[in-house]
Amino acid sequence: MDFLGINPVLLITALMIASTPILLAAIGELVVEKSGVLNLGVEGMMITGAICGFIIAVETGSPTLGFIFAAVGGAALSLIFAVITLYFLSNQVATGLALTLFGLGLSSLMGQGYQGVKPPLTSKIDMGPLTDIPVLGTILFNHDAIVYLSLALVVAVWAFLKYTRAGLILRSCGENAEAAHALGYKVKLIRMAAIAFGGACAGVGGAYISMVRVPQWVDGMTAGAGWIALAIVVFGAWRAGRVLIGAYLFGGVTVLQLNLQAAGIAIPVEYLSMSPYLITILVLVLISAGRARALGAPAALGQSFHASR
Amino acid sequence: MIALEKRPNPSAFWGYLTPLLAVVATMIAGGLMFAALGKDPFQSLKLIFWDPIFGEFAFYYRGQLLIKAGPLILIAIGLSLGFRAGIWNIGAEGQYVMGAIFGAAVGLALYPAETRWIFPLMVVFGAIGGFVWAMIPAILKTKFNTNEILVSLLLVYVAEQFLAKMAFGALRNPDGQGFPGSRNLAQWSSSSNSEIIAGTGIHYGVVAATIAVLLAAILLSRHRIGFDIRIMGVAPKAAAFSGVNPQRMVFFCLGISGALAGLAGLFEVTGPSGQITDSFNVGYGFTAIIVAFLGRLNPIGILFAGLLIGLTYIGGDAAQAGIGLPGAAIQAFQGMLLFFLLAFDLLTQFRIRWARATA
Repeated sequence: MDFLGINPVLLITALMIASTPILLAAIGELVVEKSGVLNLGVEGMMITGAICGFIIAVETGSPTLGFIFAAVGGAALSLIFAVITLYFLSNQVATGLALTLFGLGLSSLMGQGYQGVKPPLTSKIDMGPLTDIPVLGTILFNHDAIVYLSLALVVAVWAFLKYTRAGLILRSCGENAEAAHALGYKVKLIRMAAIAFGGACAGVGGAYISMVRVPQWVDGMTAGAGWIALAIVVFGAWRAGRVLIGAYLFGGVTVLQLNLQAAGIAIPVEYLSMSPYLITILVLVLISAGRARALGAPAALGQSFHASR
Repeated sequence: MIALEKRPNPSAFWGYLTPLLAVVATMIAGGLMFAALGKDPFQSLKLIFWDPIFGEFAFYYRGQLLIKAGPLILIAIGLSLGFRAGIWNIGAEGQYVMGAIFGAAVGLALYPAETRWIFPLMVVFGAIGGFVWAMIPAILKTKFNTNEILVSLLLVYVAEQFLAKMAFGALRNPDGQGFPGSRNLAQWSSSSNSEIIAGTGIHYGVVAATIAVLLAAILLSRHRIGFDIRIMGVAPKAAAFSGVNPQRMVFFCLGISGALAGLAGLFEVTGPSGQITDSFNVGYGFTAIIVAFLGRLNPIGILFAGLLIGLTYIGGDAAQAGIGLPGAAIQAFQGMLLFFLLAFDLLTQFRIRWARATA
């Protein structure tokens, strides 16, 4: 059943690993946007998380600590964005861009001297006999903890937004901040918490690239993953389940083109490397065509909120 | 208790002052960052901001200043028109690359002819390259409501892959012993974008940037399109009622900014950079976003902002050579500047009152 020497079971396993960084960043950004904030700094938070996690993991030898500090680093950086947009009422688009530019510079600065260093191995979770099940065992029960964490987060975010009171309040901030304020909810604090959660998710996603996928530190190594995550939130129509589908779809495209490169197909490597970006654009076109407002977008997305009373 | 009160109109006074405040705040924060890196903050700041203009080797650095500022200003002018109208082209880096490839390809196709018509033809195709690349997000936005921010940015990565393909493939120097990269365009007299006045760093790109500043200033203050751009940013509904066609605006703003970014790329690849390589682009397209905001989206402001950011580039190089300040520190420094600018913009939009705590 191999095609061009590509094994479908290994392909799906690789797909899950390739998708995890984008999935983590996208599920975090989903919560941020549901609270009415558009944070275009995902790329900056991912790359900062990538280097924070990498440094801590290398210095302590513990991947777990690495991922924890990647979350802390991503969240810390996102709080700069939170303070400037929420309390200094700046334009969210411009501030998000600033976050990305700053994050790329900062990470490259922090990463001096970490090029060519190998991070400690992030081990797979031992599932015992489950791993030995043919096909399914390799696909479902042969991953590290972060893959399962990302899937658990998708379920948690879905349940949180759909079934909990706190989720309802968060969504109300994104649909109509004035109304939420009038009901006595602290719009700014809620948005701040959402932004920090998004930063932490993006940070872990970035660290997954530097510690598992590659695994080493290269300047600018997230290479647009943060922007693809933003596109996937649009593609997923702001629903957790569809974001998962979107992320795995793009992971699939990425892995497939890498496999085709390895298989030595007659398409130049550069054109194959373009394909994830081109397909992202194509999907954005398909999902946005014919609609004045993107399907499922929170009504107050991108608007600053300032309580005049 | 601090209270914010929205101003009926943005304050002109604070409009002038906030960029200066932001620069001062960035110098303080940047100084702290340099200190954290184990460098003397005062010496670092002096090396970056003072020595290139007034120091011992200023005769060299002054020329470099215009070489760096030229493309930044050219790109930022185009971006500022769109930013004013709420049309976000953040893929200038890709348009810059495509302009360079288009222009260089046309020139290289005519190699080794010796005629002065080749360079102007390359300039035209440089602009077309950037324009075409910017038309992709414009068409997708107007026809399919696709977000121009994401599309223009994703196209940067596509353009960079295309650049790599060209540098290793179609545009590779056939006499280059297999090394990647095109023929040297700066050394071929027909395509060379050389200094017009020796020692000043003024090449045709700098001239183009100056013209762009003047035309943009006239467009915004004297022309109907400039008025429409301003009104669309401030009050989109009022713009629609006064007959502004938003779709045409998207094409206009993205088209102009793409063409200017393409021009900047062409002038760079025929002059300071000299050849198409897979990494000839150094991120001017992104830094120009900071330049546009630092200049408060005003053409004259952008002129000064471009010079200042150009200075951080050459000052950063000098500090790297002099005291080993990492190059990435300058990138972080520029990012910080944008944060402070956006934060201090509060002062132009709001009045700060010390209000009594009332229940």
